[in-house]
Amino acid sequence: MTDLRSLRSDFPILGREVNGKPLVYLDSAATTQKPRSVLDAMDAYYERHNANVHRGAHTLAGEATEMYENARSKVAAFIGTSAAQVAFTRGTTTSINHIAYGWGLNHLSEGDQIVVTISEHHANLVPWQLITKYTGAELVYLELDDDFIVDTSDIDRVITDKVKVVAFSGMSNVTGAIGPVAELSRAAATVGAITVLDGAQLVPHTPVAADDLGVDFMAFSAHKMLGPTGVGALWGRPERLEELEPTEGGGEMINVVERFHSTWAPVPHKFEAGTPPIAEAVGFGAAVDYLSNIGMDRVMEHERDVTAYALERLSEVPDLTIYGPKDITKRGGAVSFALGDIHPHDLATILDQDGIAIRAGHHCARPLMKYLDVAATARASFYLYNVPEEVDALVASLMTARKVFGLD
Amino acid sequence: MAQLDELYREVILDHYRNPRRRGTIDGDHIHAEGNNPSCGDEFYLDVVIDDGVVTDAAMQGQGCSISQASGSMMMDAIVGTPVDEVREISRKFKIMMTIEEGEDPIDHDRPGSVLGDLEALQGVRKFPVRIKCADLAWTTLEDALNTADEMSSAS
Ligand SMILES: Cc1ncc(COP(=O)(O)O)c(C=O)c1O
Repeated sequence: MTDLRSLRSDFPILGREVNGKPLVYLDSAATTQKPRSVLDAMDAYYERHNANVHRGAHTLAGEATEMYENARSKVAAFIGTSAAQVAFTRGTTTSINHIAYGWGLNHLSEGDQIVVTISEHHANLVPWQLITKYTGAELVYLELDDDFIVDTSDIDRVITDKVKVVAFSGMSNVTGAIGPVAELSRAAATVGAITVLDGAQLVPHTPVAADDLGVDFMAFSAHKMLGPTGVGALWGRPERLEELEPTEGGGEMINVVERFHSTWAPVPHKFEAGTPPIAEAVGFGAAVDYLSNIGMDRVMEHERDVTAYALERLSEVPDLTIYGPKDITKRGGAVSFALGDIHPHDLATILDQDGIAIRAGHHCARPLMKYLDVAATARASFYLYNVPEEVDALVASLMTARKVFGLD
Repeated sequence: MAQLDELYREVILDHYRNPRRRGTIDGDHIHAEGNNPSCGDEFYLDVVIDDGVVTDAAMQGQGCSISQASGSMMMDAIVGTPVDEVREISRKFKIMMTIEEGEDPIDHDRPGSVLGDLEALQGVRKFPVRIKCADLAWTTLEDALNTADEMSSAS
């Protein structure tokens, strides 16, 4: 097993206790914990360099701007692209909304179709639902195969020339399944549809070369990859970013403002209206530095090892059902499950008594829950700082839950 | 385990697994729905109020043991009970669920006090994130009672 154990001491929160037990944090799909270097970078920014960006001639303003733009370069390099192709946003949700409104409102009309998959997070569904309301375009769903993976056997029949947008996630936050990025991009390209990749789970957990994915746009969040909340990125192909209209107006995003009209700042600044989350962007830069130092290949390998161990140990728990691919090469570290008739919330409460943090609920993917015919699932999700002993703790606590609910 | 045993009392698990009055009512009734969007718990309630008394009730829904057991116990508590008394039980239940120490809703001296079996849910108070689970059925009931009030004042 690739041992990243020594990294744990970089994460101050992993040293705390919950309900008298060492914290076992298995909720990284929701948000990850932050290493000291990210916290320090943000502190240093506020303590030494704080000023607004892009607007002052004084020293601090210059330093703040440089730090902000430097962070953009780091994030761009992390996904193998150029800084001009990365706009900072509030996160995945905001990035997708930028695309849905900025592209959808200007290119879609009645008779057009938007293809999504049934396993999308609400962030990649609800914006498109809103766009169908405004444009008359229609939503079409791709479903899953028996292994919880998006079924592409029929895509040529679904992705016809009516389709203008294909929006899908690179990795499901519920089933952990990796999305068929290549197949869907190819099918979309043949009918001239744009592709929107929800990279919220993909980018933190696998090496990603944005320019080689074959998609037009990608969205991801810093807080799911060791960075702070409140910042994320919108990546696009240069010609698509040109074509994308800004959806928020204000300072920073303009070139010239007249009484009745304005011209926009160049990409990517035209998507960054108002004072951006500067300290957060700096923290985002430190987070990708941290991940790059380890190497995303190692991060992925470590997570695979821990997840494979988890799948194996969980299969020993009686009455436990896993909703997700069994094949470790087709999935990431989000493991959704049910245990007998114990409701996921009850499980989460019982596990919390042992200091174990899992998520319970619909995971912002209600259509998927209906499709799987469950009201909710419990989800354990793993990241680079998790170790096999934490899987053992999870399994032991699940056995306690069985006792509490009289299943033994 | 001690806190957990206090939360998941036998009687709660019994109501979870064998909910009372599960279903719907065919004849004239008042319908109300409640849900907790953050956790997906759902609760559907049908009640019949006749001459100021809850004469029949039925529930449907899905959710955790606390939300469903709370609803099931509520069924036992309200059918055959005058609406005024139902409101009082509801009020006391809500007080029992508040984290701050308030009026003690449990009458320890009198057997068969106002809350009866519902007292089994007091363990929930120690788990603040779960209080909304226990409250769901009662909030839905209040909706139904308010609808009943509006209907009777309109007619
Ligand atoms: C697959 C997926 N898409 C989108 C999001 C939304 O991300 P954010 O809340 O950071 O905008 C999440 C996280 O909750 C996610 O897991």
